[in-house]
Amino acid sequence: MSFDWAYALEILPLLAQAAIVTIEATLLGFVLAAILGLAFALLRMAPNLFVSGLTATVVEFIRSTPLLIQLFLLYFVVLPRIGIAPTAFVAGVFALGIHYGTYCSEVYRAGLEGIPRGQWEASVALNLSSYHTFRDIILPQAIPPVVPALGNYLVALFKETPQLAAISALELMSVAKQLGSETFRYTEPITLVGLFFLAMSLVSAALIRLVEYRLNVRYR
Amino acid sequence: MSTPMVRFEGVSKRFGPLTVLDDLNLDIAANEKVAIIGPSGSGKTTVLRMLMTLERIDGGIIWIDGEPMTHVQRNGQMVPADAAHLRRVRGKIGMVFQHFNLFPHMTALKNCMEAPVTVLRLPKQEAEARAAELLDMVGLGDKKNHYPSQLSGGQQQRVAIARALAMRPKVMLFDEVTSALDPELVGEVLNVIRKLGKEHSLTMLMVTHQMGFAKEFADRVCFFYQGKIAEQGPPQEMFSNPKNERTRQFLRAVLEAG
Repeated sequence: MSFDWAYALEILPLLAQAAIVTIEATLLGFVLAAILGLAFALLRMAPNLFVSGLTATVVEFIRSTPLLIQLFLLYFVVLPRIGIAPTAFVAGVFALGIHYGTYCSEVYRAGLEGIPRGQWEASVALNLSSYHTFRDIILPQAIPPVVPALGNYLVALFKETPQLAAISALELMSVAKQLGSETFRYTEPITLVGLFFLAMSLVSAALIRLVEYRLNVRYR
Repeated sequence: MSTPMVRFEGVSKRFGPLTVLDDLNLDIAANEKVAIIGPSGSGKTTVLRMLMTLERIDGGIIWIDGEPMTHVQRNGQMVPADAAHLRRVRGKIGMVFQHFNLFPHMTALKNCMEAPVTVLRLPKQEAEARAAELLDMVGLGDKKNHYPSQLSGGQQQRVAIARALAMRPKVMLFDEVTSALDPELVGEVLNVIRKLGKEHSLTMLMVTHQMGFAKEFADRVCFFYQGKIAEQGPPQEMFSNPKNERTRQFLRAVLEAG
């Protein structure tokens, strides 16, 4: 079975549309992950043992169960239960955001733990509030060093978006599968999807390196 | 004697089984300069850290400016203070650390503006004017846009002094502020502290190994040994005619090394 260029060209516009959905899911999911991750990391440092313990348990639980199961749970059980009738896309973004939020929280935690004790003590001595200590002193030092690690999770999250096909979100993979089942030709759509992921991963890796470089320059 | 600026009343501090400070009673008058000396592990740094609320105390009460800091009076009883009370009272205290602890991502000027803007809510221009004036005072008017990494140790420590002063504290704590410096940079920092003592009405507590400076600068020297004040008095007396055997041993050892 040879590669049918004419067919590949024919399905390209459909796949390109689906690619936009994939990119949207990636970006929205990652923004959610970055915010939730920071919230998890900060809650885990809370002086209240109940709050920090509960957060640690939840984070560990989410990290240790498959994304696919969380996707099904959110879409079919959790969101409908709390009265939200989600589209597959929305459920997918939430699942990606929450799942990767737990990974990001570990990254932030490493960054936060890397801040010398003297920075906290100077903040106390200057009578800064906890809010200003985090906003002005701790986070601006903790985040730049972990940007590369966060970037890796952006690429990882991106490569997991095909799992959204399981709940029929109209991203690349499910569209490719549909095309395949309609025509019984899988080679072309799946190959194109693979190439798209390869190209995007390379581009985003380059972008992350650029951001990293910028941050380093600004920091010194 | 009028109300002391700082009063330790039966204060003790333990780290696990180790008693670092044992029933400390110490009054420091407003504007007094007190040097705290003693061998390492004698509890001298802990005294400053407790005042700055960086360490909890295990017993006793600390008073600042006539008001209990570690406790509040409720129904005629002293109960441990909450975070808000600690925060309000420690606003009267400033501290300079052995390792400077400047904020590396901020310029010297920004280091000195951060707390006045966010805590005292000064308008930006006013905070900037105050910061610039203080940096001038410590001799770094031309370095205000430098980052800490672009400054020498002595310059960083002078920025740290300006940063603490920008909050207009009544009490300044100096915790071995020249110990991390190369010898040739010690003088510039001590000169700034000298100037402070002359030109500002500040109560100053310093933990130091610079015996010469303590002798010349302090109104009173406290020698700590094993969590207690073993001897205290005016520096001339302490250094020329120490009464306590431990003080004698310590001073002999320090002077031989120095």
